[in-house]
Amino acid sequence: MAKPKLKAHLINPEWCKGCGICVHFCPKNVLELSDSDKVLPARPTDCICCKLCELRCPDLAIEIETEQDEQ
Amino acid sequence: MKKENIKFIQGNEACVEGALYAGLDFFAGYPITPSTEIAELLSHRLPQKGGKFIQMEDEIASMGAIIGASLTGSKVMTATSGPGFSLMQEALGYAIMAEIPCVIVNVQRGGPSTGIPTHVSQGDVNQARWGTHGDHAIVTITASNHQDVFETTVHAFNISETYRTPVILLYDEVVGHMRERLVIPNKGELPLVERLRTSVKEGVDYHPYLPREDGRLPMSDFGSVHRYNVTGLFHDMWGFPSDNPKIVHGLLRHLVDKIQNNVNQIARYKEFYLKDAEIILISYGSSARSANHVVFSRRPRGEKLGHLELQTLWPFPYDLVREKCAKATYVVVVEMNMGQIMEEVRKAVDQPEKVFLANRIDGVFITPTDIRNILRLIQGKGV
Amino acid sequence: MAIKDYIRERFFPHIWCPGCGHGTVMNSLLRALDSLGMSKNEIVMVSGIGCSSRISGYVDFHTLHTIHGRALAFATGVKLSLPELNLIVPMGDGDALAIGGNHFIHAARRNIDLTAIVMNNRIYGMTGGQYSPLSGYGTLATTAPYTNIDQSFDTVKLATAAGATFVARSTTYHVQQLAKILKQAILHEGFSVVEVLTQCPTYFGRKNREGNAVDMMESYNKNTTPIGSKAKKENPDLIERGIFIQKEMPEYCSEYDKIIEKAMAKYSNS
Repeated sequence: MAKPKLKAHLINPEWCKGCGICVHFCPKNVLELSDSDKVLPARPTDCICCKLCELRCPDLAIEIETEQDEQ
Repeated sequence: MKKENIKFIQGNEACVEGALYAGLDFFAGYPITPSTEIAELLSHRLPQKGGKFIQMEDEIASMGAIIGASLTGSKVMTATSGPGFSLMQEALGYAIMAEIPCVIVNVQRGGPSTGIPTHVSQGDVNQARWGTHGDHAIVTITASNHQDVFETTVHAFNISETYRTPVILLYDEVVGHMRERLVIPNKGELPLVERLRTSVKEGVDYHPYLPREDGRLPMSDFGSVHRYNVTGLFHDMWGFPSDNPKIVHGLLRHLVDKIQNNVNQIARYKEFYLKDAEIILISYGSSARSANHVVFSRRPRGEKLGHLELQTLWPFPYDLVREKCAKATYVVVVEMNMGQIMEEVRKAVDQPEKVFLANRIDGVFITPTDIRNILRLIQGKGV
Repeated sequence: MAIKDYIRERFFPHIWCPGCGHGTVMNSLLRALDSLGMSKNEIVMVSGIGCSSRISGYVDFHTLHTIHGRALAFATGVKLSLPELNLIVPMGDGDALAIGGNHFIHAARRNIDLTAIVMNNRIYGMTGGQYSPLSGYGTLATTAPYTNIDQSFDTVKLATAAGATFVARSTTYHVQQLAKILKQAILHEGFSVVEVLTQCPTYFGRKNREGNAVDMMESYNKNTTPIGSKAKKENPDLIERGIFIQKEMPEYCSEYDKIIEKAMAKYSNS
């Protein structure tokens, strides 16, 4: 299977509670918490679409959309 | 009438026959004297018609199981006695709050606590009313003979379905264990109320807790097209938790009013010689058998005795009792407890000082002689 | 996100604290259900009382939020009366194993086809942080201010002894394993128990200086190991993760169907 290509980090700031789990466990250090404690993709081009942030998020607040999802 | 329809059986079995006649599909219970025969008989009879029986690990689990089964559309029942009834109270409150039809049989024995398992009492009357916490209403029905046990059991299922409420059948050890003739009616002779299911189509918003214009609440079986929530928390009409004061007030009023406003439709009673009675006996359950004996044996001798046999204990028919007892000189409540229904009768009548108690609380069945002796004392005639 | 199909979106954001492991369990569970492709109308979720049990309000299935400790009893009634339904029973550690301990034992003994998910955060969170049977000796809680002297026990061993035919354990760190285990637990025809170590940073974590949600999840990684691993042999204190028991035994509802056949045959012959 081809490596998934990142399309976008879909983040719902209303659901995000700033727990920091996704930020800490991202293997490529892509994510950060903003000044208002919401996650944002600080280095989106480093994202390898492992989706661990999406799988671990307790609030279903982050989704990794890849090119493959469109198909 | 077919020969097979006539049986000579225990009251517990008459209850089983009534439940099966009413369409019982599912029973979960735990053995306890003097109700065990109900579980044993249903373990035998239910699978014969494709119904389900399970003996759970305790009475709390039995209530949980019947509530769960009711939500899939089954007509459900459990049976117990005092100590088990105490265990069931929390779940009973849940069924009241979540408006889930179910029938709970309590064949009363001597209490409190382990009490006297094989002897009669009528001590659980107030517990049936107030055993579970919080303001609430409950329907409690009783009977004194097997034909009435059968009919009140059918009536209990009908009330349960009509008002989406648990109903308590409060029998006692004497009625439960004695043997008597029962004639089972043919199919169709007694009216049955079936589960009211919603006609709301798939994809359309269904409100499990929104009453129809006639007051009834259509249900939807778990597994069918409407997915909703059931909870013991105060909830909105979709079943989701809410602490909004308007919703809390509205729901609590609804739970109580749906029963209290329908006292007349729910009430069942029998009356004997009340019209010109100077002394009215009020009784229920097996005590009523002795009360009846007193009235029927004394009337031919010119004594103006009458008997009001209550079959619905809760909601208590205050207006009925006031009306029937208006002209009596004495009202004597006959029961095997320390005056639980007597207190309600005192509240009902215009002259509470004319209400007396003829009771027995030693585990021995109250006899006509016991009642007659007390009547003589009340009338100042000595023993 | 496909799993958004399985939630009642109007109630989000949910009431769980930032970093609460229960949200992650819900996430994994919904992915497991999505991979199974069941119709939402076939699924009934029965929960008890506590933070874990609030999950039922957030998912779009037939949901039954019952009384403390009794979820398995209610679920037994639902399942036995309509065996075609798929029953999922999420409970907290106190709900399942303290007040609900008896029902847990007997549901396992009957091997009735339910999937029990014990969301073990070693605390009574909803009521503000009292100790649970799984808190463990020496921990602190609001009702154990001088340290807890209660020993805990092993959920997996208890479930196994009681007769559960699918017994597994995972953590909120190991989300990929968790989703896989939950899928297998649901597919299993018999009583399945999945214990999930899930963090309560607000009470257990704070009281016992275990850090925040991230720190607690790191410790789940550090202190657990696959079943029978070399690390376990070297360090017996490690907690094992994986599937401990997976066997086929007669399931309760199918056994009762045989009883019905027997009863009907006997009845029609008499």
